Amino acid sequence: MRCAGIIILLALGLGLAPMGCKDKGGQRDHSTGDILIGEYGSMTGPTATFGQSSHEGVMLAIEQINAEGGVLGRKIRVISEDDQSKADEAVNAVQKLINRDGVVAIIGEVASKRSLAAGSVCQKYKIPMLSPASTNPEVTRTGDYIFRTCFTDDFQGKVGGQFALRRGWKNVAILTDVNNDYSKGLAHFFRAVYGKSGNIVADESYREGDKDFKAQLTTIKGKNPDAVFLPGYYTDVGLILRQARELGLNVPFFGGDGWDSPETLTLGKVVDGCFYSNHYSPEDPRPEVQAFLKAYEAKYNKIPDAMATLGYDAARVMADAIKRAGKADPQAIRDALAQTKDFSGASGIITIDAERNAKKPAVILEIRDGKTHLVDTIQP
Amino acid sequence: MDQLIQQLINGLSVGATYALIALGYTMVYGILRLINFAHGEVYMVGAVSSYYLAEWTMGWTGSLWVALPIVVVGSMLVCSILGFLIEFLAYRPLRDRPRLVVLISAIGVSLLLQNLAQFPELFGPTPRRFPALIQSTPVFYNAAHTIVLTNLDVLSLGLTLGLMVIMTWVVLGTKTGLALRAVSFRFDTSMLMGINTGRIISFTFMFGSALAAVAGTIDAIRYDVRPLMGLLPGLKAFVAAVLGGIGSIPGAVVGGLFMGLSETLVKGYLPSAYTGYADAVAFVLLIVILLVRPTGLFGRVAPEKV
Repeated sequence: MRCAGIIILLALGLGLAPMGCKDKGGQRDHSTGDILIGEYGSMTGPTATFGQSSHEGVMLAIEQINAEGGVLGRKIRVISEDDQSKADEAVNAVQKLINRDGVVAIIGEVASKRSLAAGSVCQKYKIPMLSPASTNPEVTRTGDYIFRTCFTDDFQGKVGGQFALRRGWKNVAILTDVNNDYSKGLAHFFRAVYGKSGNIVADESYREGDKDFKAQLTTIKGKNPDAVFLPGYYTDVGLILRQARELGLNVPFFGGDGWDSPETLTLGKVVDGCFYSNHYSPEDPRPEVQAFLKAYEAKYNKIPDAMATLGYDAARVMADAIKRAGKADPQAIRDALAQTKDFSGASGIITIDAERNAKKPAVILEIRDGKTHLVDTIQP
Repeated sequence: MDQLIQQLINGLSVGATYALIALGYTMVYGILRLINFAHGEVYMVGAVSSYYLAEWTMGWTGSLWVALPIVVVGSMLVCSILGFLIEFLAYRPLRDRPRLVVLISAIGVSLLLQNLAQFPELFGPTPRRFPALIQSTPVFYNAAHTIVLTNLDVLSLGLTLGLMVIMTWVVLGTKTGLALRAVSFRFDTSMLMGINTGRIISFTFMFGSALAAVAGTIDAIRYDVRPLMGLLPGLKAFVAAVLGGIGSIPGAVVGGLFMGLSETLVKGYLPSAYTGYADAVAFVLLIVILLVRPTGLFGRVAPEKV
């Protein structure tokens, strides 16, 4: 009953939003004043640190670019919207950015599910969208206006599989969030690689929003795996690890970049000895990484996580594309984005391929005593 | 075998909080024939207030035995006041209106509380981990560590059964309980008999809300605190109350434990592809039970009041 009420309200909201301000998006004059870029992300909600970190990265990049004189002789202004970690709010957010604010390009989201939902809106209005961290392959298949500056799940899933094999784990259990495109994608490609020579002893699942995982964990524990592959987001990872340790399931868990959050590092001993694949490591000696680290620490007084790094790179790639486009026009920016080549970012060398994806190596980090340690780098 | 025992423990532990919430539904329904759809949100407010209380108490005491009672009793107090206010402001003015009007008012209260809690000033949409006041730790396990019972499993089951006994005693053994049963039996007649029905109804709401606060506190410690955490447990507890026979106290407890068990066993034993149907299985069982016994497991057949 309550659900029905919410659905009706949402339906009204979604239906009315575009009606009120039809077709304003394309007709604005983009040739003077600040260049408006939209950014939407999960500033609050179960994946809040994703949005907050990438926002901080974006803002740092834009601040640096504007301090150097901006692009095309104009300053860049970022308009940010919070989607509360909800896919329907992400749709509302980009509709506001496009119709109300008239942005020429959009940066966002971290979570694949929300990038997929909002991406179709951007594609419809022909506004280029650059996702800093959505790894599900489907995201850029939405259309020719959707890009990303990170690797994809097929690669990250394979990285997980290769890593498990390199570690010599004979029996691995999988625990997937079946409501999450990202998690399903990772698990799928993990199975394909690891399943060839390793044993998948349990293939369990949960749904976004579940809080009790003891049923699945008890089943997994009964199969005595050497490790558990957990391609989820950090809020679930925290709950799952705590419950697993309570049940006495003390084997290492490993996952993907969905683990990357300061929250994961505060979990204490339940997360010690766990691994995850990621986009960058602060231990990387490359000058781009160290320069970014220094600037970020000076501004925010903390070490950037991967989402901050990817947000930073996405904003800089975007600014670079606007510069090469020569004008603040969505169509021209799209074409310039598509030609991005050998851009030296903090998270690696970024070249956008024909599928509008970036190919970059992945790092494997181990968590110990509230810190991450680089243990392996896997090339695409 | 050990695994089955572990799954039963998991299920009962989850079911215990459903049972606590279901008790509130069943009490209110028993007396007003109203499904209090805001009850799941009272559970959420219980979790939120225990979170703040725990944060506050930990500022000046390190002792678990000082802090825990303050947190539990405090959130029960907050929720009983909230329960009183909800009834007084949203239901009482509509007492003589058709029941549907009150039901819609209940949905309104539920949405209001959900959205208020999402204000960053009050709580915000980001889940928060409970302060490290009390940790879920194993208290009993067998030699092979294949069966583990945590302190929260014991706490939730113990509190649920204990509160059920207290509640049964209140309803059957006290003067207030006598009045409560009278109001539930014949609302108008009991008013003629000099029973202050308004006070009895307020009492019912406060008592039910206090139980929801206990459930909220347990889940806050065990999982985390989120503004929308009341949605699903509220729905499941409602189903539990109907399953056990709405209006029946033991029915609500049995229904809650049943819901927890069926959910856990489906997740634990059916193939992974069916995990998503854990709730569907419980709801199908509800339909089957209602087809066989329309009054639920423990419900009595009552003539429809005209």
